[in-house]
Formats: sequence, structure tokens, C-alpha cells
Amino acid sequence: MSIWDTLIETLNQGASTGSELLHIILLTLRVSGLALLISAVVGIPAGAWLGVSRFPGRRVVVAAIYTGMGLPPVVVGLAVYMILSRSGPLGDLGWLFTPAAMVTAQVLLAMPLIIGLTNAAIESLDPDLRLQLRSMGANRLQEIGAMLGEARDGVIAAVAAGFGGIVSEVGAAMLAGGNIEAQTRVLSTAIVLETRRGNFALALALGGVLLSLTFAMSILLIRLRHRAVWTWK
Amino acid sequence: MRRLFLTRADGVVMMYRHNAMKKILRSFMQITFTLCALLLAACQAQPEQVLRLATTTSTYDSGLLQAILPDFETEYGVRVDVIAVGTGQAIAMGERGDADVLMVHDRVKEEAFVDEGHGLARYPLMYNDFVIVGPADDPAGIRGMGLASEAMARIASARATFASRGDDSGTHAREMTLWLASGIQPDPSSGWYLSIGQGMGETLQFASERRAYTLSDRGTYLAMQENLIDLVVLVGGESLAHNADQNLINPYSVIPVNPARHPQTPKEVSMQFVEWILLLDTQEQISTFGVDQYGQPLFYPDSDHWRSAHP
Repeated sequence: MSIWDTLIETLNQGASTGSELLHIILLTLRVSGLALLISAVVGIPAGAWLGVSRFPGRRVVVAAIYTGMGLPPVVVGLAVYMILSRSGPLGDLGWLFTPAAMVTAQVLLAMPLIIGLTNAAIESLDPDLRLQLRSMGANRLQEIGAMLGEARDGVIAAVAAGFGGIVSEVGAAMLAGGNIEAQTRVLSTAIVLETRRGNFALALALGGVLLSLTFAMSILLIRLRHRAVWTWK
Repeated sequence: MRRLFLTRADGVVMMYRHNAMKKILRSFMQITFTLCALLLAACQAQPEQVLRLATTTSTYDSGLLQAILPDFETEYGVRVDVIAVGTGQAIAMGERGDADVLMVHDRVKEEAFVDEGHGLARYPLMYNDFVIVGPADDPAGIRGMGLASEAMARIASARATFASRGDDSGTHAREMTLWLASGIQPDPSSGWYLSIGQGMGETLQFASERRAYTLSDRGTYLAMQENLIDLVVLVGGESLAHNADQNLINPYSVIPVNPARHPQTPKEVSMQFVEWILLLDTQEQISTFGVDQYGQPLFYPDSDHWRSAHP
């Protein structure tokens, strides 16, 4: 019997339906996908810019970003919770315990990962490449574009690391999202819940689903790497 | 320019370096070995007995266990490892033999656990009560209602937000019993009924943030009250004596895991613990716990010893 069948069966026993599981998976993809998209759109150019720039205090900035790569999700979740709380500064937004709050927390978690790893990928390029590009008359933007193309393996790894990090974290999703059934419950929080319920087999099966999602995402990214025509012409 | 040929002097330097490396490596290995030996000695120094107690979060979060357990530990020379989880997980841990004694509050599941041979017997330990808490402005108008099931029916018909534990804990099981009595089957996709699958503390925080009603044990509510904005007891009164609904009584029991089923459980220690916690002295400690701080006990003793002493 496949994991999927086990899942459907166990969920049915719990007076739920397969559609509940589907909702959880779709929400997981929506929340982490959107957070990843935002982090990548902002983080890749920011990381690339950091990688080609030289300014005083740059090392401190890089160290700060590397620290951000190790942010404990539960601390980020708590910070987002307190900011969006009714007694917090942005309480009026009404975002607490909604997918928007989860996306916010996950962007904060994925962004440093993507900036930091993109920066590292750019930095590790041959310094001669830059000189060559300049001598060919490339402007700053063209230069960054071409270097990103050269460093695309590292950039893909940065995006994959970001996705793996946020799709599997539970601290921030639980605190900021609230794990509301059919509203903000995602795979990672569902796994914690099923463990607390004592449904260890189901929790493990949900873990399998989560891993499959990450695996599928990695395949997608690797395919993208081969398709991408990023090089500056 | 790097030289192509090595002179004799270079050889001496290299040998010297090689010896130095060896020395460093040797002293490093010595230190590591000593540390390992010390660690092993420390681990073996005290052949301490360990009892693993799986309990609901309420007994732990309220501070009750931290208050009474040290007496048992010093008197019997046993270390008690408390694993505070929901009743559902506590029972699953017992079924797998991962816990030695359970302290839980879901009668139906407890009886099934004992009937299936996982537990030796179920001993009544103590009780407290549940209350319905909600926003002070009480949009559904349930304040002062006597029966929880009627109050919940009114919350449902007003479609006022209700936060459910939704985690198969003892409190969640009681909530479902009360919904059954109210004749309503709440639907998580309806928008007003929010099943969040979290612990009591988190659920109270959630209710406070979302201006939701929820069912809570009184002890956890009292312990967290100062951190909850605008969340008050609406059904259940000021203390257990004021609670008009018998269905809100919350009995806890203690169950030793069956050593015949799970041979690795420390049989004698488990029984010593169960006997100790049911003793009159321990029960008296339970009855006074929290009175200083909250003006009322958080748990009321209920063991056979206690009941025969206080008929």
C-alpha cells in the first residue's frame, strides 16, 4: 500500500477526508512557494550585488547575513507574532493567524539564506571574469547578470536551501499561523499535531509527503538550471 | 621563487615539524581518552533508578509536579523524568512502553488502555474543573449560564469564534462530549470554529488574540491569566464550588504501565510512585498547592485514602 493510501485511510478513520490532506498540501505549497518567490526575487539580486560590491563594513554585513542564515524559526515566529499581535505595532493589519503571517515569517527565514549563498556563489567566481566583462564594456547591471549566469549552480542551491528550510520549519508556522484546521494548517504543523495525538504512523507518513515535496522542488530547480538561458549576450 | 632541491637543513626542519606534530597528536589523544574515561565514570557513578512519567501539560505547566516530586525523589532515591504531552500522546507512549506511569484525564481512553492490557489499573488521583472563557464583552451572551453545553449551543448559533484544542487531549475529548450534548456538530470549515491542534497555553493565547471562546481547565487559565488580554471566565464561576455543571468536572487518574506487557518498565518503582502519590500526605500537599498564589486550589485530591479520611 502506498503512503498516500495509508494517509487517506488514516485520515478517513479520523473522520476527515482526503480533501483535508489535499488542502494541507496545497496550503504548504502556496505559503512556502510565495515566501520563496519573494525571497528569491529580492534575495538573488541583493546577494549578487553584495557579491560584486566592495565597501567599508562589507564583512560585517556578510557576517550579519550569515548569522541570519542560522535564525531559529521559533524566534522569528515569536517576533512576527508580537509585531502582528493585537497589542503589537501592526496589530491593525489583522494578519496574525493567517497565511499572510506565515509568509512574512518564512520570508524572514529564507531571505538571509538566499542572500548569503548567492553572495558566496558570486564571490567564488574567477576574479578575472569581472575584468573580462568590464573590458568588453559591460555596465554594472549586465555585469551582475552575467556573473549570476556563471554562478547559477550556487544560486539554484541557494533557492533549494531556502525552500527546504521554510517548508520544513515548524516553530514559525505554528506561532504565526496558529495551525488552524482548514485555514493555516501546513504539513510541518500537521506532523507535530499528529505526534501529539499519538498518531505516530500518520505523522511519519506526513513527513514522507513533506520530503517528496522538497524532492520534487529540487528536481524542478535542477531542470530549471539546465534550461535557463541566463548568460548575458 | 620556490627552490627545486631540498637541502639537509630542510630535512632537519621537516623532521622536527613531524615530531612536533606527533607530540601534539599524542597529547590530544591523551586528553580525549581522559575525558572519555571521566565521562564514563560520571555516568556509572550513580546507578540511579529512573521513572518516566508521561503526563498532561496541565499538571506540569501549573507547577504542581515540580512542587511535589522532589519529596518522592529524595525519599526513594529515584529520578522522575516528566514528559509533559497531551493525553493522546501520553497514552500512545504508554502503549509503546516508552513511559512507566501515566497521569492523564480522559476516562474513556484510560479505560480502553487498561482493558487492552497496557495498564495495570486506573487509580483516581485528583480532579479540578473546566470553564468556558471568552472575551469580556461576550458577543454570544453566555455569561453566567449554568450548563456548558447550552452555552456552547448559543456560541454556535451566534457563530461567535470558538477555539478548539483539536489535539485529542483530555480537554479536547471533553469539548467533543459537550458538543455532542449540545446537539451541534461543529465544522472546522465553517469559519467560526477554529481547530488549532495546540496545547492549552497556546490555545488560551490564541483565544485572547482572536477574541474567541474556548474550553480550558481552570488551573491553566488561572496560571496564565495575567498574560491574557481581556479573556474572562464566562461559564463555571469563580471557583470549583461555584461551578454548576457536573459535566465540567475534570478527573485525573494515575496508571502504571503493565510490566507483563512491557518488561523494561521498572515495576517496583512504578508501584512505589503510584502508592506514594495516593498517600494522604501527598494528597494533602496537592490540596494546598496554588492556594497562596491563586486564592484557590488548582487540584482537589481524590484518592481512596483521601476519600476515606474525608468522607
